[in-house]
Amino acid sequence: MSFLRISNLSVRLKKGPPLLRRVSLQVAAGDVHGLVGESGAGKSMIGKAVLGILPPSVEVTGGEIWLDGVDLLSLPLAERRRRIGATAALIPQDPLTALNPSHRIGPQITDRLVDILGWGRADANSRALELLAEVQIPDPARVLRSYPHELSGGMRQRILIASAFAAEPKLIVADEPTTALDVTVQKQILKLIAGMQARHGTALLFVTHDLGVVSKVCQRLSVLYAGMVVEDTSVADFFAAPRHAYSAALLAATPKYTDPAAGLQPVPDAVIAQVRAEVAAFDRGTRHG
Amino acid sequence: MAEAKAIDGRSLIRRRAGLRLWLSAGWLGMLCIAALLAPWIAPKDPLAQDLFLGRMPPVWEMGAEPGYWLGTDSLGRDVLSRIIHGARIALMVALIAGTITCVIGATLGLLAGFLRGWVDLVISRLIDIWMAFPPVLFSILLIAVLGPGLWSIIIAIVVIDWTRFARVVRAEAMAQGAMDYVASARVAGRGRFGTMLREILPNVLPTIVVLLTLEMGIAVIVEAILSFVNLSISTDQPTWGGMISEGRASVHQAWWVLVFPLITLFLTVLSFSQLGEGLKDRFDPVLR
Repeated sequence: MSFLRISNLSVRLKKGPPLLRRVSLQVAAGDVHGLVGESGAGKSMIGKAVLGILPPSVEVTGGEIWLDGVDLLSLPLAERRRRIGATAALIPQDPLTALNPSHRIGPQITDRLVDILGWGRADANSRALELLAEVQIPDPARVLRSYPHELSGGMRQRILIASAFAAEPKLIVADEPTTALDVTVQKQILKLIAGMQARHGTALLFVTHDLGVVSKVCQRLSVLYAGMVVEDTSVADFFAAPRHAYSAALLAATPKYTDPAAGLQPVPDAVIAQVRAEVAAFDRGTRHG
Repeated sequence: MAEAKAIDGRSLIRRRAGLRLWLSAGWLGMLCIAALLAPWIAPKDPLAQDLFLGRMPPVWEMGAEPGYWLGTDSLGRDVLSRIIHGARIALMVALIAGTITCVIGATLGLLAGFLRGWVDLVISRLIDIWMAFPPVLFSILLIAVLGPGLWSIIIAIVVIDWTRFARVVRAEAMAQGAMDYVASARVAGRGRFGTMLREILPNVLPTIVVLLTLEMGIAVIVEAILSFVNLSISTDQPTWGGMISEGRASVHQAWWVLVFPLITLFLTVLSFSQLGEGLKDRFDPVLR
């Protein structure tokens, strides 16, 4: 039984072009699902739609988002917020802007537990300490009293991960959690997320443009182009034999560190033309039917 | 504790409070005390005229009258006492008008910048229209309608200057609203107003403080300008602007009547703006 099921989700700019074209995908409880594609393909938009944080310039025009057996889009706004807050969390992309510079770290982790989920102050504090220890932050008690600007980017990303797991959500959307980090730190953070995910049994929607990352942490993946899912398959099948020409080209475009002489392979124009034609055909289809 | 500090050197950075914060706060503090205790510390009655003592120079000049430290004006009133009493009006206008302007302007700016949509549309258009009025003429017109008096001045300043806060706070709130921490707060289930007050406001506050102190300085100047064109408080209450206006007529015979209130005004406005900058350096968590 899938924990998150998105079916035929369409999103567009208000009175503008579509951004997501009937996107469907399913994430089983405890699974890691990768969302890959180029910049602007709509990867982050899916995550934002699930969490109800689409920008105000964008509207959902159709489809369903089933989270834990409830269609979020059919709920009234307040109830939707409450459900999302109780079952899902976000690991944001940029650790430098994802912590409020005016508040100490401690309250940023605990206030949500206390104010919104009704925990006791002491319970929330010990939970925060425990989580910071779990994400391998030295001297957690001191870090809880620090302001974000006193910590490095890697530290902040660890804190954001800890904070995302704080209320034991059943689904976490990780929006390119390693993109803003140093390559050496990226690997540690990736390992950390994978480890936390496995221990807590949380389903993870992992937005990235790095297929190497997908191969390490995900079970399934969806490849997006122009807001359309061109391939939805298991990671093992994908790396063995991608079905769609665009997926194959994307895979071929990944630099191979073992063979530097091969150089970079751009996605061939013919493949771009093919996938664009599919998008255009899709748009004609939705207009008529 | 020691090894924890070594994790990250950023926590070791400390900025010094700075001379300008102390100098400006010192001058304003002195002025506040002078204003509060004016009847007791002013050496003379600020309204007492003595035509035999008209245009006496300050004490260090030839022919000064002992006891009149900064000289007298053409009606024989003590300049120092009038400056001390004038501080009452100046500071009252600065504090009351500055605060009300700040509260109204910042609230509207915050709402427009964070809520966006039609709220932003209405408030932004209002700001645009408001700023098309020439401020000095607008204030003179307002006072003419309301009649001179302390409260008319305060109302005029609030009505004209709220846009200053609204514009800047709106832009700042918009920038903060795009940050990921706001998205995280929304995901966690914080309501719109909760997010605005808890997540956005603390980050806009340093800017508001700087604007507030600037506005206090501006309020002092506006009061002086209105006194200068004789639209301020009634003439039996000494104000700096009124003194400057009277001193202008006799500047060749008695420069001190013009210069001392002018210096006081200048230092006060400068202190307000420097106080704001100093406080920002001190309390902005990112700069701290």
